[in-house]
Amino acid sequence: MAAGIKDKVAILGMGCSKFGERWDAGPEELMVEAYLEAMQDAGIEPTQLDAAWFSTHIDEIGTGKGGTPLSVALRLPNIAVTRVENFCASGSEALRGAVYAVASGAADIALAVGVEKLKDTGYGGLPVGNMGTLNPQWSPSGSAPGNFAQLASAYRAKHGVNKDDLKRAIAHVSVKSHANGAKNPKAHLRNPVTEEQVMGAPMIAEPLGLFDCCGVSDGAAAAIVTTPEIAKAMGKSNIVTVKAMQLSVSNGLESQHNSWDGSYFHTARIAAKKAYKEAGIDNPREEVSMMEVHDCFSITELVTMEDLFISPEGGAVKDVMDGFYDADGKVPCQIDGGLKCFGHPIGASGLRMAYEMYLQLQGRAGERQLANPKIGLTHNLGGAPSQNVCSVTIIGAHGA
Amino acid sequence: MAQQAVGITGFGGYVPRLRLQRKAVAQANAWIAPNFLGKGKGERSMANWDEDAITMAVEAGRDLLGAGDDRSHVDALYFGSTSMPFKDRLNSGIIAAALTLDENVRAVDVASTQRADTSALMQALAAVKGGEARNAVVLAADRRKTKAVTSQELDFGDGAAAVMVGAENVIATYLGGASLTIDFVDHFKGDTEEFDYNWEERWIRDEGFAKIVPRAVKAALEKSGVSAGDIKHFVLPCIFGDKFAQQLAKRSGIAPEVARDTLALNCGETGAAHALVMLVHTLQKEAKPGDKVLVLHFGGGCDALVFEVTDKIASQAGKRGIVGSLAARVEETNYMKFLTFNGLVEWEKGMRAEQDKKTALTTLYRNEDMLMGLVGGRCKETGVVQFPRSRISVNPNNHTVDTQEPYKFADRKAKILSWSADFLSFSMNPPNHYGMVVFDEGGRIMMDFTDVETGTVDSGMEVKLVFRIKEFDDKRGFRRYFWKAVPIAASAAKSQTGQAAE
Repeated sequence: MAAGIKDKVAILGMGCSKFGERWDAGPEELMVEAYLEAMQDAGIEPTQLDAAWFSTHIDEIGTGKGGTPLSVALRLPNIAVTRVENFCASGSEALRGAVYAVASGAADIALAVGVEKLKDTGYGGLPVGNMGTLNPQWSPSGSAPGNFAQLASAYRAKHGVNKDDLKRAIAHVSVKSHANGAKNPKAHLRNPVTEEQVMGAPMIAEPLGLFDCCGVSDGAAAAIVTTPEIAKAMGKSNIVTVKAMQLSVSNGLESQHNSWDGSYFHTARIAAKKAYKEAGIDNPREEVSMMEVHDCFSITELVTMEDLFISPEGGAVKDVMDGFYDADGKVPCQIDGGLKCFGHPIGASGLRMAYEMYLQLQGRAGERQLANPKIGLTHNLGGAPSQNVCSVTIIGAHGA
Repeated sequence: MAQQAVGITGFGGYVPRLRLQRKAVAQANAWIAPNFLGKGKGERSMANWDEDAITMAVEAGRDLLGAGDDRSHVDALYFGSTSMPFKDRLNSGIIAAALTLDENVRAVDVASTQRADTSALMQALAAVKGGEARNAVVLAADRRKTKAVTSQELDFGDGAAAVMVGAENVIATYLGGASLTIDFVDHFKGDTEEFDYNWEERWIRDEGFAKIVPRAVKAALEKSGVSAGDIKHFVLPCIFGDKFAQQLAKRSGIAPEVARDTLALNCGETGAAHALVMLVHTLQKEAKPGDKVLVLHFGGGCDALVFEVTDKIASQAGKRGIVGSLAARVEETNYMKFLTFNGLVEWEKGMRAEQDKKTALTTLYRNEDMLMGLVGGRCKETGVVQFPRSRISVNPNNHTVDTQEPYKFADRKAKILSWSADFLSFSMNPPNHYGMVVFDEGGRIMMDFTDVETGTVDSGMEVKLVFRIKEFDDKRGFRRYFWKAVPIAASAAKSQTGQAAE
């Protein structure tokens, strides 16, 4: 196996815009907002950037294709800008590109910026996407909640969980994220909610109600990466390094082969196993301090707890209800509010997750700061349960 | 050598499950048309939003042909309808593709008159008699669009029927027939018009039916050498009531009591399909070996055909036909839903419905058997079944290359693995149901559901597959077709324990 990425790259600086319904800002302003914070955090000049990776998913209402939107908005010094797009995991792809560039030695300092401007469609929810010329002729013309909701029906059938118990467990997932998001000034949704409120909300896609769905938000996030050596030479202390970055992509097995039962993410399990191996983690339930997972829907987060091997198979409902993933639980999850409340500007989300883990590891997370976290995991998913891309990234204190 | 007997060798039928209650329509319209209150009896069949003459004909054709994979025996297809979705694109060609008929089939559209079904049947009989075809499928279907608050809205129904014409295992031998062609314009629809324009019913009844039908009957009886008294079944679609049909039979010397049910009360008149719908209904319900059947259809004159039922009729037992279709009914009392399904209300569909539904015709053709026939692939080496077919097999243990042969899914047993009822995405009949359908013999497809009873769907339920409209492209007047899953309500109890696929 390849030597892996562990501790070869350090995070020099990060930034994140306020997420939400940013009627005041276009994608350019959002990028600048995240970029300036990251540059200030890193303490470097634009001329020190060797290359940039730019993630954004939806062309039609975003910035346009190619690398130019980033370069123009930030007035970058004519460096390489690569645009990446991998559904909702695009932000993690931008970070992966920048990290790999530094690890390879091709760049000393690299920038990753992700952005999405979703609130220019005129309606709620994600825009209706274009899937080429063949897919629309046979695939259901459904929605993201409709696709992810199917996890619930398959999970219930597989584990014999009754409808009400699963509904309450996923409600708790959202209640926990709302409690966390309320403490985050950059979060889109900052209102605590109760399980009863969540369970009584209007149905979006059976069994997911309004509060089982994440916020559709505008926002941008940015990371600047370098080698630990350069970071040290620049006088940085408390250095955070990348321990693992894995991406697993469906090859059609889930959607076309009857070995998949519909209740879990095949890719997440593969990416998680590889990431733990790369990071040298043997017992994730004990060793991972905190997580930001792709909680696009409450049911996604619940099954992901098993896919990441934190909860035992079939044990996520119990762990969730026991408060295992709450802010004061064993492995706090979505301590920044998650996609649920921080929001989900698609191209930015993977970077936003890393931003929170980075702040927590540096002890800079303010009111929501956890006690002494060592290892943070981000899980960023794109697509639908039956066909997707799944990224698992682990970061931690240098030497941890 | 005596000429080989040619006739009907099999039948099939399809009537959409929804039955609009006429009382609901009459009451909703009573404020503007109190005269229709008297017509508020019984029910009419009502197509789902995703059904048209083509999809209904496909269902009738599947009932006729059965579940077998091999359809190479069919060498001709005649499709009669006045509501064909395409003016210039072979409608029967779409049906042939959905039924996975061989490419060398002769497919013909027969249109522009209510007697399109009987005219199609006559062409098929002539083709088989003349040796041009051996097994000709005749399909007829109509989904006639009417204006709201019309008597036609109450009288009409949606439906389809199918018969096979051949010379082997004949269930009803063709004894002869006649056609009268008379330009009697009881109604018409101009080239650019959406709706029929109708003349006075009394004139149509007394000057049209009452005078033209008996002439056609006389000519057909002469041609077939059958005497009026021998007719045991008088099959005549008309909307003037059973009494009127009996009078017409009597006027031709036929016993009035053999005038067969026009299905006015429980189906409505299915337009250019109705003579065949009534014929199939009669063959299923009342016909006995040796019975002579007179089938008539009025329109631009009148067709008349005489058949003699044989003892082979027993071979059709178990077919859904029209009797089975009429039994599988769900009452619909929501007149607004009927208006909406028929495009008679301008309603707010939301911005999500604005997405362009342009179909790449190149892609459609390249994937024709997949999209129209629901044909996937089966690996010749490993036996693994998949949808869609691909050069490299999905089999996780052995990604064989170029080993797949076509594999038909449409008639295989399948169950729901996962599903949702989605209120967010646009649907003509929310909530939008779709999910992963897993086939008992291998393979799976994430697909739309239709004809769903909201609240009854669950993992493990059995489904059947139907050919339906996938999307309308209103900008260009095109429509896409694909297959959808219909959850079988009766299987719900079995699935409650909830079993995941292996």
